[in-house]
Amino acid sequence: MSSDLDVFVGNTTLIDEEVYRLWLDGHSVAEAVARRLRGGVLEREGTSVAVLQSDTRDHYRTFQMLERLLHAPPRLLQQLLFQIPPERQALLVQRYYAFDEALARELLGKKLSKGTKKELDEVSARTGVGIRSCRRQFDNFKRVFKAVEELRGPLAENIQQLFLLDYAAIVFFANSRFETGKRRLQFLSFADFAACAQSMMGHWSQGALGEPPDPRAPEAAEPDGDLPKSFLQDLKELKVLVADKDLLDQHKSLVCSALRGKISVYNELEANFKALSRALVNVGGKLTHARDVRDFFVDLVEKVIEPCRSDKWSPGDLRLFLTHYTAARHQALWERYMAAITACLLRMYHD
Amino acid sequence: MPGKLKVKIVAGRHLPVMDRASDLTDAFVEVKFGNTTFKTDVYPKSLNPQWNSEWFKFEVDDEELQDEPLQITVLDHDTYSANDAIGKVYIDIDPLLYSEAATVISGWFPIYDTIHGIRGEINVVVKVDLFNDLNRFRQSSCGVKFFCTTSIPKCYRAVIIHGFVEELVVNEDPEYQWIDRIRTPRASNEARQRLISLMSGELQRKIGLKVLEMRGNAVVGYLQCFDLEGESGLVVRAIGTACTLDKLSNTSAFLPACNSPSKEMKEIPFNEDPNPNTYSSGPSTPLKNQTYSFSPSKSYSRQSSSSDTDLSLTPKTAPSPQRPRIFLFPSSPTLSCDSPHLKKSCLLLLGSSIKPLHSSHVSPVVLRKSVSFTEELLLAASGMGSGSAGKEGGPFKTLLRQQTQSALEQRGGSPHRFCRRREFPFFTLTTFPPGFLVHVGGVVSARSVKLLDRIHNPAFVGIMGNTRSYKLLDWNSFNSDEPETRDAWWAEIRQEIKSHAKALGCHAVVGYSESTSICEEVCILSASGTAAVLNPRFLQDGTMEGCLEQRLSWQPGFFSIGSEKGEVDFFPQSQDSSSLLGIEEASPPGCGFCHIPYDELNMPFPAHLTYCYNCRKQKVPDVLFTTIDLPVEAIVIGKGCLIQARLCRLKKKAQAEANATSISNLLPFMEYEVHTQLMNKLKLRGMNALFGLRIQITVGENMLMGLASATGVYLAALPTPGGIQIAGKTPNDATYDQHISHMQKKINDTIAKNKELYEINPPELPEEIIGSPIPEPRQRSRLLRSQSESSDEVTELDLSHGKKDAFVLEIDDTDAMEDVHSLLTDVPPPSGFYSCNTEIMPGINNWTPEIQMFTAVRVSRLSTINPTNQTLNKNFNDLCENLLKSLYFKLRSMVPCCLCHVNFTVALPEDELVQIAVTAVAITYDKNQALQANKAPTEKSQQRASTDNEEQLQFPLELCSDPLSSQPFSPAKEVLEGASSHTGIPAAQRATSLEKASPLAEGYLRHRSVPSCTNSTVSVVKMTPLSFLPGAKITKYLGIINMFFIRETTSLREEGGVSGFLHAFIAEVFAMVRAHVAALGGNAVVSYIMKQCVFMENPNKNQAQCLINVSGDAVIFVRESELEMLPVQPSTAAPQPTSSAGDVTT
Repeated sequence: MSSDLDVFVGNTTLIDEEVYRLWLDGHSVAEAVARRLRGGVLEREGTSVAVLQSDTRDHYRTFQMLERLLHAPPRLLQQLLFQIPPERQALLVQRYYAFDEALARELLGKKLSKGTKKELDEVSARTGVGIRSCRRQFDNFKRVFKAVEELRGPLAENIQQLFLLDYAAIVFFANSRFETGKRRLQFLSFADFAACAQSMMGHWSQGALGEPPDPRAPEAAEPDGDLPKSFLQDLKELKVLVADKDLLDQHKSLVCSALRGKISVYNELEANFKALSRALVNVGGKLTHARDVRDFFVDLVEKVIEPCRSDKWSPGDLRLFLTHYTAARHQALWERYMAAITACLLRMYHD
Repeated sequence: MPGKLKVKIVAGRHLPVMDRASDLTDAFVEVKFGNTTFKTDVYPKSLNPQWNSEWFKFEVDDEELQDEPLQITVLDHDTYSANDAIGKVYIDIDPLLYSEAATVISGWFPIYDTIHGIRGEINVVVKVDLFNDLNRFRQSSCGVKFFCTTSIPKCYRAVIIHGFVEELVVNEDPEYQWIDRIRTPRASNEARQRLISLMSGELQRKIGLKVLEMRGNAVVGYLQCFDLEGESGLVVRAIGTACTLDKLSNTSAFLPACNSPSKEMKEIPFNEDPNPNTYSSGPSTPLKNQTYSFSPSKSYSRQSSSSDTDLSLTPKTAPSPQRPRIFLFPSSPTLSCDSPHLKKSCLLLLGSSIKPLHSSHVSPVVLRKSVSFTEELLLAASGMGSGSAGKEGGPFKTLLRQQTQSALEQRGGSPHRFCRRREFPFFTLTTFPPGFLVHVGGVVSARSVKLLDRIHNPAFVGIMGNTRSYKLLDWNSFNSDEPETRDAWWAEIRQEIKSHAKALGCHAVVGYSESTSICEEVCILSASGTAAVLNPRFLQDGTMEGCLEQRLSWQPGFFSIGSEKGEVDFFPQSQDSSSLLGIEEASPPGCGFCHIPYDELNMPFPAHLTYCYNCRKQKVPDVLFTTIDLPVEAIVIGKGCLIQARLCRLKKKAQAEANATSISNLLPFMEYEVHTQLMNKLKLRGMNALFGLRIQITVGENMLMGLASATGVYLAALPTPGGIQIAGKTPNDATYDQHISHMQKKINDTIAKNKELYEINPPELPEEIIGSPIPEPRQRSRLLRSQSESSDEVTELDLSHGKKDAFVLEIDDTDAMEDVHSLLTDVPPPSGFYSCNTEIMPGINNWTPEIQMFTAVRVSRLSTINPTNQTLNKNFNDLCENLLKSLYFKLRSMVPCCLCHVNFTVALPEDELVQIAVTAVAITYDKNQALQANKAPTEKSQQRASTDNEEQLQFPLELCSDPLSSQPFSPAKEVLEGASSHTGIPAAQRATSLEKASPLAEGYLRHRSVPSCTNSTVSVVKMTPLSFLPGAKITKYLGIINMFFIRETTSLREEGGVSGFLHAFIAEVFAMVRAHVAALGGNAVVSYIMKQCVFMENPNKNQAQCLINVSGDAVIFVRESELEMLPVQPSTAAPQPTSSAGDVTT
């Protein structure tokens, strides 16, 4: 006796978190049933496999119907079809847009194109994330990216409003197309990059200045995902710090005198100061050119982190150095620039 | 112009993309009422148009207002081709037509398309200015309130209950009119939806007129059904109970009024209890001025059995059918025919069925046979013939008798004559105020098999024309034959029901309902109810002590109006027997309704009686079956449980008359089997009464299915049921014997287990029932399974077991074995779950406000090659059990909980395809309190049970004085609840159950910290099939919700197959119901019911179609906890904002 048709509809939509997880992970109904069986639900509830199948199918159908709404979370709140308590709705959205960091790390800075999507098979194999789940997450990234693309105002806030989530890092990376895949960057996790993105957006973006963007300013029309052009332009002025030998020496003496005796790697610092300073300043100067932007993290690692590491700087040393290096000059632009750089370097400075 | 309808189209949102090129839509709206159409401007290139239209005004008469739905169509403007319809919204404006209900309809409605489902939403505001012109009330019945609830609605007081109202409307079914299928499916579906909307409007208006005629102002227990008769047309019919209701002023609700009236009500009779003892013996004739006399009901039935005129149930207008009924009474010689003549009686049945009974009547009825099983049958089936020889003949005798009776009735007069209204003392209510129900006789039911014929409607023209052409015919002026046919059919059935009730010594039928099952051109009409004696005391002196007066004051009116108008003379003896009737009042309320209403010496059927186990004064039967809810005052031991009897019978495929004949022949056997199963299962659970009994017989092409659902309870007043004993037929086989004894052990174990499970531990009664005509407290009873058993076996088993009395099942063949097995396959629900099909679960009173209403539908292919009755039965049984199992599994997060009002509907859409639809509500209860109750000492359990009932029934069943009575109760209760929830339930447990909306939990959770919630505007609308919401108080009824939807698809696979299609459709129906309720300003639907769910598929064509009809009462409720927070000062406006604030999940 087979059930051709079998549905259960509650006035309040039943959401089973376990089944939702299985669905999100991309398991088929049969796989989900098998997993639930392994979870011992039969023994706990004293029910039958048929019941479990029917239940799983019901949930899967519900999720499939909900998926359309999940693509635009604010619609989920307004829709009338499913009566779902708000906290459950929030849970649905959060889980739907939650991503595997391993996958996000792989996709960081990649163009969210069809080509990338085709590579998902490999990504799935590398990360151990189910292919269906990979595709869903990829589509999520793309959806968020696309939705935010045309919006003005602070990126993080926009995403928060539209998707109720912190997706900013991914969008920011996808936007700026930073290189993250190089071998020497492999030691950095997604969380590291996310933190960097956050500090860069926090300190450098238009909204971060704490003042309402001037509507006449050209960057007011730009999406927040890009760093403001005028700021990047201004960064070029900083080059003088390394180009002008007097300034460089002055800077060096200020920093060295402040750090003498306080830092274990003083000698190394003194020896490398010019190279380090050049690297730190030039990274900023290059940000105006899209091609050079890609190398932002590569440069930081290659020219700052790796030398320091080889000289066995402790993170504390780096922090001290950066603090005094920044403090030695009083200029709003400089402080704004170095705040993000400091945060990024400190975050990235680990094994 | 008596009314002005004003409509404003505000905005739309989430519209579908209609223009692929731009990915946008140029939407505009057509607003149509009657013949008038308005249009909004086109709002170009937007999926979220802001029309913000002017007020469209329709000046219409109120008749039109009642009949017509407001039709809103959203279209996509197309410059070059025809505009594309996006979807429609039908709004029933009836709730705006009476003063106390909603004043404005305003909100977001899903835009619905019969092909695509919901496509976005539209914001609409609707208002009605009614000019009160009382003279106009001839044709319209504006102002009559309708309630689906089958009890007096919570915030009303019934001044008068007038009685039964019914009406039906017939029309061609548009689906079948255009056989050429020129029209698109969409057009056809919309025509059907509109037609049914019109027909229900008209039906409601006509019923309203009848109510006004009776000087009532409301219809309670309104049940409207559609019969999709296919080619022969569409019938919309409705029944209800006309009442005069008084709105209880809100002020009283907030006043700390007198103490629980119900409590007093309970106490009074108890105090008077000792007195009547003096009169407790001897069948003395009632004496005047005597406070208590013996069994007044006896005198009824005695008189009625000797002369029908005494019990003039029918008004003078219908004189004819009375006379011949003399033959039907038990004392009459026809009944003395003896047992072994089962075959003969069958033959007789057959004979009578083939004979065209209304030869005088020009009607399409070729066949008419009705089978009626009443309580008498049930009792007979349980074999309580007290050793008389006629045991197995019982049911069939009864049948025969009914048959004769109805036949005679038919001869007595044309059905036309007695199909007058209001001659039927029927009540669609299932719950009554305490003390109102004096005695319950038992279930009365009648079925009749009819052949459908085309409904000729010659005047029906202009199909493709304007809307008004759908205006239904008034058959009084056109074709009087047609609706009359359907009317006459129902009139016959009702007549039969009435006479069955009369045979049970009852003058009224309560918990009355009607249903049909149609397959091709055969239709089974069914009606059932509970024969009852209603309390006449209030007729004599309406003045009763204190609160009682207030709560029951309406009852005198009920009777006086009746007799004054000569409509229903309930109490023919009332003039000379006031004292006699007074005694009824004196029977303890906890058991009074169980006392037999019929004459003990002249019983209409062989029954086994004992003295009431509660009061010891009056006789009670050993089992009681009813269709009503458990009365408030009933003393129950332990908990109740859902009991189902399931049955399939194969039938040969046949045409027309032959088909009807074979169905007719099968019906009595099916009913008999169903009742046997019910009885067995009841005994297996150690219980002795069934409430809410609903027996559905469904006809399919090659089989009949029977599904009976009821809630079993142990009534303290009735005797402890005996066990079930198995008797083998081949005694010489040792292994067989062993098998039998093994089975016997299993059954005994099950009974013991069930008693434990349902906490049935009646107080041990000393065997001191002196003066009882039945010396043994338990009686032996015997059931003979089938006709193959001859009477000589009776002696073999009879009386031979001495004191060990039991219900004997004989196992004589594999069938019987199967049946016993199937008895044992009913698995009890998993721990933490209870289920019942009544409003409330007997024995559980500590509900939390967490509810989850759901609908589940399953379609299964029964069996395979060469199906037999046994395999079908088994499959059907498994199907139902699995369905229940899966419900328990789904709702496991709500444990401990109870499934209430479990309503199964069976349909046979195709050969061997069975469709089961279940709607029910799961309510969580507080386990800690329940545990406490469990631990209560056994000797106290009885008392406990009664007080439990008292509390538990406060809000659900309080009929007329709910605010008065529950208010004083609730604070204490709240405290209790609060305390228990603090101490007993771990906070975590509550917090984890996020999806449930416990008000406590909700209170805690209403932190609104979730950022996502901030811009939500969707308000929560609760739905429940019950008439109440636990932990909440209904403050306002906003009107009836009665909606009919069709959904069709031509891309079934793409929509996820049949399950995906139906799942989406049911969700859409819920959404539309919720949207309408929210637009009325409500936050819940009570007494929700899915009356129809017709599903058809054609997988080969990738098509499917489904029709769903739902109804309920839109209400505003306020949480009891919130009520407390309100100032005690009466403020009428206060509840509403509170409730909306509390329930809008912002």
